[in-house]
Amino acid sequence: MSVELPVAAILIGAGLVAPLLPARLRPAFLALAPIAALLQLVSLSAGDVLRVELFGFALEPVRVDRLSLAFGYVFAIAAFLNVIFAWHVRDGVEPSAAMVYAGAAMGAVFAGDLLTLFVYWELTAVAALLVIWARGTERAFRAGMRYVAIQLASGMLLAGGAAVYYAATGSLAFDTIGLNGPGGVLLLLAFGIKCAFPLLHNWLQDAYPEATATGTVVLSAFTTKLGIYALARGFPGTELLIWVGTAMAAFPIFYAVIENDLRRVLAYSMNNQLGFMVVGVGLGTELGLNGAVAHAFADILFKGLLFMSMGAVLLRAGTVNGTDLGGLYKSMPWTTGFCIVGAASISAFPLFSGFATKSMIMTSAAEQGYVVEWLVLLFASAGVFHHAGIKIPYFAFFAHDAGIRCKEAPLNMLVAMALGAALCIGIGVFPAALYGILPFPVTYEPYTSAHVVAQLQLLVFSALAFAVLMRTGIYPPELRSVNLDFDWIYRRVGPALVAAGATPLTALSLGVGRLVRSAAGWLMAAGNRAAAPGGLMARTRPTGVMALWMAALLGAYLLVYYL
Amino acid sequence: MHGDDRKYWLDDPANVTRLYRGVWIVGLLLVALDFVLHRHDDLAFAETWGFYAFYGFVACVSLVLTAKGLRRLVRRPEDYYER
Repeated sequence: MSVELPVAAILIGAGLVAPLLPARLRPAFLALAPIAALLQLVSLSAGDVLRVELFGFALEPVRVDRLSLAFGYVFAIAAFLNVIFAWHVRDGVEPSAAMVYAGAAMGAVFAGDLLTLFVYWELTAVAALLVIWARGTERAFRAGMRYVAIQLASGMLLAGGAAVYYAATGSLAFDTIGLNGPGGVLLLLAFGIKCAFPLLHNWLQDAYPEATATGTVVLSAFTTKLGIYALARGFPGTELLIWVGTAMAAFPIFYAVIENDLRRVLAYSMNNQLGFMVVGVGLGTELGLNGAVAHAFADILFKGLLFMSMGAVLLRAGTVNGTDLGGLYKSMPWTTGFCIVGAASISAFPLFSGFATKSMIMTSAAEQGYVVEWLVLLFASAGVFHHAGIKIPYFAFFAHDAGIRCKEAPLNMLVAMALGAALCIGIGVFPAALYGILPFPVTYEPYTSAHVVAQLQLLVFSALAFAVLMRTGIYPPELRSVNLDFDWIYRRVGPALVAAGATPLTALSLGVGRLVRSAAGWLMAAGNRAAAPGGLMARTRPTGVMALWMAALLGAYLLVYYL
Repeated sequence: MHGDDRKYWLDDPANVTRLYRGVWIVGLLLVALDFVLHRHDDLAFAETWGFYAFYGFVACVSLVLTAKGLRRLVRRPEDYYER
């Protein structure tokens, strides 16, 4: 196979054919697609390019380098794990849309120009929308509409930025753009929406937890990491991103502590992990960029694993609300174990993936002298363990026994979780394997005694803080609630403002209506006078005049009706 | 499916307390290691003994207390957006 066959085409093609197949054959067929894609990726090498000329634009639908390959590998792995995890799903739409979604994300990371990127960018939005809607609930429908509106806005910003870029440079090539480059601000905003920058982030917490048990796992892998990829490609070393990323890493964890829906907690913690990656891109050093890519790679796997474990809980227990769960380790011991592996990985425990990847970003920040940012990131690291590492397994599987006795997760889910867990531990134990596919050569060594002891101190005392607060009753209990976040602005304030703006308009239209009605009344009276014996209307007239008057009356009625 | 009457190790509060004390011992041992091992760090102040332990504990307590305050501000009924 060669560069002539875009990897994306394999996945998208499989996703489009899959709905036509019998439901029993579909999972096996879909599982072959990421394997074929992975084989194709292995056959590619950095520097391969597919060039075409379209409408006078020189395009590069496929451009291979180490940055795109690293994302390509993990997207293919995630697509494969997702198929296994959703093996039992008989509905045709969700798994097929998920494969198209994976293919679109794959196509986007290999896009050598902004036009190709834009096409795949929009395709991810539409495919993800189908995945969200597959839940089939009113809430999912509405969340999906909000999701796609925001994603398409990102696409429009991308198109606008690309147009400005083309006008200034005469090229659509997607390489380093920078904030001061032509269209830089528009493109940064477009990528920022996908990365869930602060205030642009709420689509993530809003939509992802509304998908099915399997759908949320799919959603967690691609869109945000595509955003990180685009940022790493277009804006490496943009200092602004260090502060944006630091804010992103810190603020969502407060929400994560008080959120009841455990999949929404994970969505907040995903926001926090993305913050670390954004900082890595902003640092722009080889270590920082390597760290961002490595952490994105690891995050897709451990966040996928955590969402899988919560998906299994949703499937078996029927809920993922912290208020309703507890003691599930008795019914779902394997799921509990896999969840703990995911929790240890996101918390960066030594021998788990996060330890080998997040520390690259932290070290780069410290080396560059960003001390305050480093302290905030360290706070966020402790917080991650607190809300994702402890809270998720604790409230779902331990805490007080809620009395739920259900079956262990289905075999296919357990297999997918086992593979995900194995990869998390594999990266943690043999980080060199991951370091070997990063964009730049790696000299970083995560396993020094100082680093291991420091990290263990941080984590053990974070755990102790949790335990002390729990045992003293200070820890806030899980409560059924909605917590207002930035989406309040467009879900409540915006509509309220529109309604308030509409009130004077309504008054105006009522006033005009009254005026028309009294005028009509006067006309009627005049008409009555006219229709009286000897009056204007009592005279014989041609029917044409009658029709004219009827038309005038109907017209007036229509006018009043519309007002 | 397991019977409801099965007794698990963690069902006994005394065992939970044992676990809790165990974690404290591990934590204190890790801090004690700082006196034996000279931890090299990228930032000089982080080499202070027990820095990460102290920071982790304080960070998490302040995180939870702030989040509790935040909840007072942002908490709404579960059907807030459906009404």
